[in-house]
Amino acid sequence: MTDARTAILGRLRAGGGEGPLPPLDTAVMERRQWDPAERVGRLRRGMEAVHTEFLDATPSDWPAVVRAFCDREALPNLLFGPTSEAGAALTAAWPTGGTQLLPYDRPVEAFKEELFTTVAAGFTGTVGGVAETGGLLLMPGPAEPRLLSLVPPIHLALLRASTLQDSLWHAVKALGWGRSLPPNALLISGPSKTADIEQTLAYGVHGPKRLIVVLVDDLA
Amino acid sequence: MHAEREILFRESAAAALLDPQLRANFRRAMDGLISKRQAQFPDPRDLQELRDLSTAIRSRSLLRLPELLEQLEASCTKNGIQVHWAETCEQANALILGLLRTRGAKTLVKGKSMVSEEMHLNAFLEANGVEAIESDLGEYIIQLDGETPSHIIMPAIHKNKDQIARQFSQKIKDAKYTEDVDELTAMARKVLRQKFLEADAGLSGVNFAVAETGTLCLVENEGNGRMSTHVPPLHIAVMGLEKVVADLESVAPLYAILTRSATGQAVSTYFNLITGPRGADEKDGPQEVHLVILDNGRSRIYADPELRATLRCIRCGACMNHCPVYTRVGGHAYEAVYPGPIGKILTPQMEGVGVRHDLVHGSSLCGACGEVCPVEIPIPEILVRLRREATHSDPGSNVAGKGTGRLAAEDWTWRLWAAVLKRPALYRLATWFATRLGDALPAGAPLLRDWTRTRTKPVPARRSLSERMRSEGGSHD
Ligand code: SF4
Repeated sequence: MTDARTAILGRLRAGGGEGPLPPLDTAVMERRQWDPAERVGRLRRGMEAVHTEFLDATPSDWPAVVRAFCDREALPNLLFGPTSEAGAALTAAWPTGGTQLLPYDRPVEAFKEELFTTVAAGFTGTVGGVAETGGLLLMPGPAEPRLLSLVPPIHLALLRASTLQDSLWHAVKALGWGRSLPPNALLISGPSKTADIEQTLAYGVHGPKRLIVVLVDDLA
Repeated sequence: MHAEREILFRESAAAALLDPQLRANFRRAMDGLISKRQAQFPDPRDLQELRDLSTAIRSRSLLRLPELLEQLEASCTKNGIQVHWAETCEQANALILGLLRTRGAKTLVKGKSMVSEEMHLNAFLEANGVEAIESDLGEYIIQLDGETPSHIIMPAIHKNKDQIARQFSQKIKDAKYTEDVDELTAMARKVLRQKFLEADAGLSGVNFAVAETGTLCLVENEGNGRMSTHVPPLHIAVMGLEKVVADLESVAPLYAILTRSATGQAVSTYFNLITGPRGADEKDGPQEVHLVILDNGRSRIYADPELRATLRCIRCGACMNHCPVYTRVGGHAYEAVYPGPIGKILTPQMEGVGVRHDLVHGSSLCGACGEVCPVEIPIPEILVRLRREATHSDPGSNVAGKGTGRLAAEDWTWRLWAAVLKRPALYRLATWFATRLGDALPAGAPLLRDWTRTRTKPVPARRSLSERMRSEGGSHD
């Protein structure tokens, strides 16, 4: 379709009188700032408002907090990325018996059916959070595959309070996303939801029905 | 792509007005959306600043459009996303079918995409033996009934719970009748999860395409967009050529104003950035990602400095939510892919102002759309411009079908008017008759009838102003 390309670009070039570019005043984005403790509160309020659940944890006890949740909910299994830092910590601290840790360590084609039908929950880390609106920032990849946070009915996400950004706009700058990005990166603000039937909110339409944030207080 | 038949909005609108259920469904939904949006913008100064910034970002994108599209293509290619160009919907459809056929794909799950609606992709694929399944809940609901979206963000907004309950119980296998929204949602989840699992390919739209990084941004709440783009081995994204933005920093303000304007949400559940197919060590994600860039009349709109503003649109739907006409007649009355105010300016420019000329008249020009538009598109001004285009063939204009909406009766009326105005004696005679005898004309008289059907008959003054000035005297200061 190089012909289409040439024709389209040709028409655009012929039609576009280049003018001076209007200036960008980003003050409205810049001034959305909070101190670190406030960020945590904002994120939490924003995400709880859309049914996200929070578990409080410390830098050392978070694997136990995850485990306690799994026991409480009697989850048969938890899918995770074994090679990530958090994944390794989880494996090290996981008692045998009860909820089984399932490593996501092979191409999805090898266990797609199982992923869709028998996996009870998925665990991922995050690369940050967004205080302004509430939201987690994830960079799935080889260590933590994309579907971990999407297909299982429950998504547990580890969030360190120190990684919170003021807004998505600040985060894009801080994480250098504007320059280069992995094949997939995303923001998640709550469990999957829809309002397509009579504007009535319903959770868990396609993605996870529950989003559990394991919030690690590492601000001190 | 000029439609053959002249489609009359006033006829379908009149029919829609008589449907109380439809009107109630829309009224309730629009009222809710208006107040939710309002709650997201408590500070008018912040709102105006954000609108100014968003408008500037979109204007800059358009000013640099050809260059940014080339940059987008280069960045995507570098990332392993294959880029295709289509001048028309037919080309885009053929392209997609080709991609599916070469890979032996028989089923396609779709995330919400208005551009694919524009292409009538589903019907085309069905006709060619590919099953296309809409997975956005609203789109799924209307696909079950063979309907088209009545709103660009909430496609099934014309239906209420009872209607959907009946529909599901009849059309979904083994479904029981329930009006519980959670249960209805669960039914759709069950059906569609199986589809995601089995689909050979996935299709999505694009909310913003980032030239600098070669990233496709998808905004959604349900997760069906992520399912469609990450689960099947092949992902095809379609976008109108205006969707490109220079860099990711510029996307953040647009995203902030999009979700707030659209559904009154500060943030969507997912904001998904796709910058490539499955990486070398990745365990999931599509093996191939393709991007189809569609023109379909956009480059023609682009060439007109005033009409170009149409292409700033970020498809938030706020203009329809606030439109007194849309709220009363609903989306289907427009008989267009894009309904509401944005549809009224986009459809005639795509399909021709002649065939859709009464669409541009179906507005009170109240200005609500322009006032809420996050990228400050002067919709009322563009409507007025298109009204002129429909009846005039200005040599400088390249509007599709310009001048073809002129009616013979209208033409003769204006000629007569001009003839009378040019002859003072004739004009005086005419006004003398109109003031003395106008009142005697029955409301049901031909021509007058069209006016008086929904309005009271105007009563002419007994003497014209100039007559009174002459006899009673008066000064000009
Ligand atoms: S014209 Fe403006 S208000 Fe309407 S959909 Fe587009 S961006 Fe939104």
